[in-house]
Amino acid sequence: MIQGIGVTDFFIISTLMFFMGVYGFITRKNLITILIAIELILNAVAINFVIINKYLYPEGLHGQIFSIFIIAVAAAEVAIAIAIVIDFYRTHKSVSVEEGEMMKY
Amino acid sequence: MGAQIMFYILAAVILIFSFLAVTSRKVMRATVYLLFVLLATAGLYFIIDYNFMAGIQLIVYAGGIVALIVFAVMLTERIGDKIEGPSTMQMILAALVSVIGAGVTISVLLGHNFKQASQDVGQDVSRIGENLLNYGDGGYVLPFEVVSILLLASMIAAIVVAKRKFEN
Repeated sequence: MIQGIGVTDFFIISTLMFFMGVYGFITRKNLITILIAIELILNAVAINFVIINKYLYPEGLHGQIFSIFIIAVAAAEVAIAIAIVIDFYRTHKSVSVEEGEMMKY
Repeated sequence: MGAQIMFYILAAVILIFSFLAVTSRKVMRATVYLLFVLLATAGLYFIIDYNFMAGIQLIVYAGGIVALIVFAVMLTERIGDKIEGPSTMQMILAALVSVIGAGVTISVLLGHNFKQASQDVGQDVSRIGENLLNYGDGGYVLPFEVVSILLLASMIAAIVVAKRKFEN
């Protein structure tokens, strides 16, 4: 543990990171940049799990193991999302969400 | 003292670059800013002595996921082109949502009294491996196997989706 740094300081960082991800998720129009915002959100949650494990329940391992699962799920999600983005680009010649309105009506 | 200074540096890097990653108008730059955020997160794990988590963060996130995103950017964008920004109204509303959400969360965090553990428990990486493969009480072998199936399924799905033939 670090002298003078409490658990709240870590939580504030991960909160700000999470809501910056939310901001990007709402404002971005390019599919890849939306994916980057989702990565920020997932990473903020993983930080929270690890910090809770370290500072509140150091004798357990649950936080770390859940973080490992979050990272594995994020990797699977990115692999699928990138495949879909590339397929989308081949049919629409663009990666903007504005173009993907085929199923809207 | 050194660790404290390092914490503030990493916090500043995380905040600045995550802001840039969601506001930069060039996609490749946004990807590189995301890489910096993930590296700084690995740094946070290192200074709290969770070396195994930091290693996973570096290998899977900073190594694998960012490389995939860079490939996608290179296949779909012209490097140097600016992407369309949000409208002012959308920007204001999104900023409002984020600021209110962050404000509420931080005020709750500051008001709550966390019971921090008094003593530090040494970190033993072999315990993580034993727990992941333990099928007794408190073991994680079932989620471990589920995640391995998920990774296999996503690998097959990515190949099937990306190889799809379509006729114009």
